[in-house]
Amino acid sequence: MTYTNPQIWFIITALAVGTYLIRFSFLGLIGDRPMPPFVLKLLRYTPVAVLPGMVAPLVLWPTATDGAFDAARVAAAFATLIVGYYTRNAIWAILGGVVVLYAGLFVTGQF
Amino acid sequence: MQPTTVKSAYWMGFRAGMPFILMALPFATLFGVVASEAGLHLSQIIAFSMLVIAGASQYAALQLMIENAAISLVLLAALAVNLRMAMYSAALVPHLGAAPLWQRVLLAYINFDQTYMIATAQYDRTPRWPVQQKVAFFFGVATPIVPVWIVATVIGALVGAAIPPEYALDFIVPIMFLALVTPALKSAAHIAAACTSATVALALFWMPSGTGLLIAAATAMCVGAAVETWAERQ
Repeated sequence: MTYTNPQIWFIITALAVGTYLIRFSFLGLIGDRPMPPFVLKLLRYTPVAVLPGMVAPLVLWPTATDGAFDAARVAAAFATLIVGYYTRNAIWAILGGVVVLYAGLFVTGQF
Repeated sequence: MQPTTVKSAYWMGFRAGMPFILMALPFATLFGVVASEAGLHLSQIIAFSMLVIAGASQYAALQLMIENAAISLVLLAALAVNLRMAMYSAALVPHLGAAPLWQRVLLAYINFDQTYMIATAQYDRTPRWPVQQKVAFFFGVATPIVPVWIVATVIGALVGAAIPPEYALDFIVPIMFLALVTPALKSAAHIAAACTSATVALALFWMPSGTGLLIAAATAMCVGAAVETWAERQ
């Protein structure tokens, strides 16, 4: 990380204010005017639209291996997906991913 | 059933929020660990969890900061993750919109995934509750979760600095993201949006840090909405 301290504080402050305003928006200012259904529809997909795009490159080209493909990390990602999908429970998904990650790192001699 | 008072609604909310400590604890602890590994100061890490108080966007911002993305892209991506809360805010208006402004100011601070989901489920069961009971219930849900979120972040930040690199903590963030996303894959539209996001982000990975992600996210939102529209017509 190469940001200066004031830059980091700027990021935190801007995120705090921005997130608060998003949370306050309708409840506080806009009142109970209904949102256009199309906007509601788009908003519904924000988490599933942002997070996978962030994860996919990290899985295939991890920073810690300087972008080299790593079987342990890919296996851990799939384990998290599978456990998460079938249990619908984030905690089990994390446990599944972490167990496979460390087992994989151990088997491939990285741990 | 006994009539619900403001006080009993608060404690009902408190009990409903309790199990979610189990969820907040690992997420916040690991945020503290990863943030301190990334080089943030303790005061910055605490400010993150106290002021932003939104797990997925905190991880998103942190990941892009580790990649040294432009500040504007860090903010855009992290705020995009939180846009769903505008939907929560709108959905709460029929229940909480009549509360005094100072209460709505506080409610907005604790309007996150767990409080929103627990509270709206309760309001569906008891639609006739007066607004003060609904407000009390919402505060009750947040009461056990928020302090755990902040304290666990501090603990994570303090122990994080002592963990050596072979523990592969770099990969905790992707696992967290996947764990957050998979339970949200509720419909074909959600799955289509998630696949679009991953594919476009991989295809545009050569672009400056964070840029490809924004294009991927915008495309994926449109695909999700389009598939939902298509499914409704079937």
